[in-house]
Amino acid sequence: MNMAFLNSRTREKIIKNMFFGIALACIITLGLITLFLFMEGVPIFDLVSVKDFVFGMYWYPTSDPPDFGIFPLIVGSVFVTILSATISIPLGVMSALYLAEIAKPKMREIVKPIVELIASLPSVVIGFFGMVIVAPFLQEVFDIPTGLNMFNAALMLAFMSIPTICSISEDAIYSVPNALREASLGLGATKLETIVRVILPASISGVSTAVILGMSRAIGETMVVLMVAGGAAALPQSLFDPVRPLPASIAAEMAEAPFRGDHYHALFATGVVLFIFTFFFNIIADMIAHKYKQTGDATL
Amino acid sequence: MLNLQTESISLKQQNGQFGKNGAPQGTPKSRRRLYQSIVFNFLRAAALINGAALAIILWFMLARGWRAINWEFLTTAPYDSMTKGGILPCIVGTLCLGIGAMIVAFPIGVASAIYLNEYARPGKVLRVIRLGINNLAGVPSVVFGLFGLAFFVIYLEMGVSLLAGALTLAAMSLPVIIGASEEALKSVPDTYREASLGLGATKWQTIYRVVLPAALPGILTGGILGLSRAAGELAPVMFTAAVFFAPHLPSSPFSEVMTLPYHIYVLATAGTEIEATRPLQYGSALVLIALVLGMNLAAIIYRARLRNRLS
Repeated sequence: MNMAFLNSRTREKIIKNMFFGIALACIITLGLITLFLFMEGVPIFDLVSVKDFVFGMYWYPTSDPPDFGIFPLIVGSVFVTILSATISIPLGVMSALYLAEIAKPKMREIVKPIVELIASLPSVVIGFFGMVIVAPFLQEVFDIPTGLNMFNAALMLAFMSIPTICSISEDAIYSVPNALREASLGLGATKLETIVRVILPASISGVSTAVILGMSRAIGETMVVLMVAGGAAALPQSLFDPVRPLPASIAAEMAEAPFRGDHYHALFATGVVLFIFTFFFNIIADMIAHKYKQTGDATL
Repeated sequence: MLNLQTESISLKQQNGQFGKNGAPQGTPKSRRRLYQSIVFNFLRAAALINGAALAIILWFMLARGWRAINWEFLTTAPYDSMTKGGILPCIVGTLCLGIGAMIVAFPIGVASAIYLNEYARPGKVLRVIRLGINNLAGVPSVVFGLFGLAFFVIYLEMGVSLLAGALTLAAMSLPVIIGASEEALKSVPDTYREASLGLGATKWQTIYRVVLPAALPGILTGGILGLSRAAGELAPVMFTAAVFFAPHLPSSPFSEVMTLPYHIYVLATAGTEIEATRPLQYGSALVLIALVLGMNLAAIIYRARLRNRLS
């Protein structure tokens, strides 16, 4: 563009402000998402109170009169996420420790891309795998009525959140200053003692951020729980009961919900609840990352 | 005070336990080593499980999908209510959506990264922008779908269309692009900037002529990663762009499109002949994997080469 008529100082200022404007795109998008979610979701609260919506035990949006209680869906989401975290946190953090502390450079160069490739697998493929391979396998091994259940979904979600947990923790662990390692080893500690007593405490804020972001990814993941979790909107009694997490309900029902009907608004309100969940996860992660700033130069 | 005392006592006790060679007698050196090797093997096993899981998934998809793939499968449209034929419209739709998303998200993402890395000073504003990016990155994919439906499809009256889907995907992949571009910009040594500024170039000239060219390969890698991510996502396009069957290839930004992920999903869960179309499902999944992993692998290898060159 021809801005020769401006002196260079004004021109630089304009350019800087332009970039600043573009950098606000993310915040504007986030604002629009919040605005439109609430705009389309709030009308349902003319029909049911917030309390009845969140704590209502029955989700029968298409019966007459309909029931809009998403408590079973929330429980489904929370259980599946916690269950997947019990698998993904140890595996993710342990892999990160292996990568950052034990693996030889050659191995690192092989294993790190593998973790990245796992992260890049489309969720629908993992859902499909859970449906056609894992479900029949579980059904046979555990002799249960259906392989599409909470446990299967948690397994698949764990697989999806391991890369997040692993690569962010690895960054944090790797950036613990070498002086700390050397000091500990110099005092006669073994490598393991150094890892447990020095490295992990020093990188705990980065590792916790990683864990929270991994869980946030699991609770928001849609396709996997839609295809694998079984879809029953009831409180699960056992590990192998089907559940219907929040995202699954939205994705499965939106196509059939009459436009701007009660069901449609209820699904948007479900989206609001899900959004609030992940929003809190992210705020907490951000707070930990800032409050307990790590020694060394870990950037998250 | 009390604390200090107990500590010194425990120190004394510990001292008492040390043998001649300084190792604690309670846990002789050999036992400490044993613990270590046990735990290290656990860590190795954890890393191995990840790789094994990936290998298992890829193996099953390959073993069951490769027979479905032939020239006809890749170049024709489905017929007989989706039970026969190929997946060409799905491949085209997926690529159109991904590329469309990048056309929007890539420039915005790179420009945001330039602001964050080159112009912004640490402070409240920067903190808020970063918080915005982190939170956008954490928004669940299905919520993006709802947003796209309410905003692009309904409010902006785009209808269920390629355009609405691409814009929704663009919003979703923005944080990915920003992250990758920032990393690329960060890896450009400050000496480059100082040299250029020292020669009398303005800040913008420095960015445009020196920093961007040096960071370009890394930024492009980020673009490829964003593209592959957008191509594989389904939840954001489910209500905004994708249809189960479209009679023609997409001809304008306002056409509805078929996409690979949606094709897989519908065939596997809602089709009338779920068992009969299994080969098609495996085949489609394999093509999607090949598409996405291919792009990622290319980006990863390219980036590794780049790092070696820089270091």
